[in-house]
Amino acid sequence: MLEARDLVAYRGDRAVARAARLDLVEGEHLALLGPNGAGKTSLVLGLATLVRTDGELRYRGAPVVDAESYRRKVAVVFQRPLLLDRTVRENAGLGLALRGIGRRERDARADAELARLGVGHLGDRSAAALSGGEAQRVSIARALAIDPEILFLDEPFSALDAPTRETLIADLARVLRERGVTTVMVTHDRDEALSLADRIGVVMNGELRQLDTAEAVFGMPADPEIAAFVGVENVIPARVERATDELTSLRIADQRVEITEPPPPGDDFPLLCIRPDDIVISRTAASTSARNSFNARIVRLEPIGRRTRLVLDCGFPLVAHVTRQSAREMDLKVDEQIVATFKATVPHLLPRIRH
Amino acid sequence: MDLIVQGLSGALARLAALDPDVLDAAVASLLVSGAATVLAVVTGVPLGTLVGLTRFRGRRLLLSLVNTGMGLPPVVVGLFVVVFLWRSGALGDLDWYCTRQGMVVAQYFLAAPTVIGLTAIALQNTDPLLRMQLLSLGASRWQAAWLLIRESRLLVLGAVIAGFGAVISEVGASQMVGCNVKGDTRILTTAITLETSKGEFGTAFALAFILLGIIFVLTALTTFAQQRRPAA
Repeated sequence: MLEARDLVAYRGDRAVARAARLDLVEGEHLALLGPNGAGKTSLVLGLATLVRTDGELRYRGAPVVDAESYRRKVAVVFQRPLLLDRTVRENAGLGLALRGIGRRERDARADAELARLGVGHLGDRSAAALSGGEAQRVSIARALAIDPEILFLDEPFSALDAPTRETLIADLARVLRERGVTTVMVTHDRDEALSLADRIGVVMNGELRQLDTAEAVFGMPADPEIAAFVGVENVIPARVERATDELTSLRIADQRVEITEPPPPGDDFPLLCIRPDDIVISRTAASTSARNSFNARIVRLEPIGRRTRLVLDCGFPLVAHVTRQSAREMDLKVDEQIVATFKATVPHLLPRIRH
Repeated sequence: MDLIVQGLSGALARLAALDPDVLDAAVASLLVSGAATVLAVVTGVPLGTLVGLTRFRGRRLLLSLVNTGMGLPPVVVGLFVVVFLWRSGALGDLDWYCTRQGMVVAQYFLAAPTVIGLTAIALQNTDPLLRMQLLSLGASRWQAAWLLIRESRLLVLGAVIAGFGAVISEVGASQMVGCNVKGDTRILTTAITLETSKGEFGTAFALAFILLGIIFVLTALTTFAQQRRPAA
């Protein structure tokens, strides 16, 4: 539906975001994920032709030449609601008014979208009198009222408090499913991306670095920076000892690790990535099918939200997460010996970045 | 003190009697300054919007010139306009020297920089994302500019009032270009100057009260509009 090739988005004269290749499939929900300041917003503004771009942008197979005409097929919701000093209904119908649609039809469509977003009762109210959550719902209704073929969402929940954000995400997910509108959403929040997206594009340092399914991005991040951003805390330098059709044997410090993923071509010193949630902690070595089991000393215990983060020394450093209840029931303490286990199918290998 | 008391009582008597000379000057003031302000708005708001919303080569120079224009001495403007309208001047064929049309031209050059400059500031201070939002909703550049002017309407209204205030109260340019012809180009400010020089303080005060009244009404209307909040 939308194809970008070597797209560069500019702010002023400065190139701030690049995407070598980005294909958007009709009906899909794509999240652009990355840390603050990574260039996600600029990339989306480039895709919406709201900032100057270089490179190729094709919409339904044809190059985007007339930006104004292309913009009439898409809609953008920004971080802030950006409502005009008018009534809620007039704001929701603004895009329709700009298309010359008469008041009666405009009001009917605006009211329908406002109701869908749960703010139908606010139609006659001044936009200046809305709460942040209400205003953002009106902003989304305004975008949906024009029946866009692509909806760009630029961190629309970031300015909202947690409860408001959670209900709005749930409502938006429902509306997007009902409408089947193709969506590109910018977020720095992994949970938001997972809640709303079919595919995830990771933007780091002004570049779209990986674009894949959520499972692939979180399970097989393309590089150590992405791995760190998506929560893969264990990125460990390893050496390939042996690789067969079934298993790859790696040496890490004095330990041997066996995994099913083949080593990166031509790289005997890859990086081993393991998510902390994929490591099982036990008091004693149990007889299981897991091929990797290490005696470890607990170096540090840190409560993080509803989990406890364990920093372990297995001859190499390893981070594991357990529930706080498990930590309590196992009575885990610093300097105690435990056993850390993970399956050979769990880790992912990255080529070592050489400078 | 006696002069003030005599002047005030004379002023009240003339206002009560609807003195035709006083009313003529008031009407002439409103017509000349009103026309100059309308012209300044018609040309100045779009130009101010352009300067406020776009970036182009020479924009800073243009802004500097506009800001300088906001402080133009009326007598300097009067001098230039007279030179152009003088019988042998570049626009002498128009025969606008000592006419209300000539005064409108002079007052236009005094009001326009204020309207342009303050409109540019008002538009420059709108949220840059709001313009992007409007474009993303399918607005053309003209539609987006119009919506932003409407969104900044109170500040733009302030610019218009400031422009009108600058010309309704000026005397130098109008005196030089209009020649202060009784019943025609004599306006409130030039009449006040004349009556004061003649020692006719009653008439001068009556004219001054009307001028102050006009300025008060305008200021009150602006303040009312700016303080009015949209109904919740």
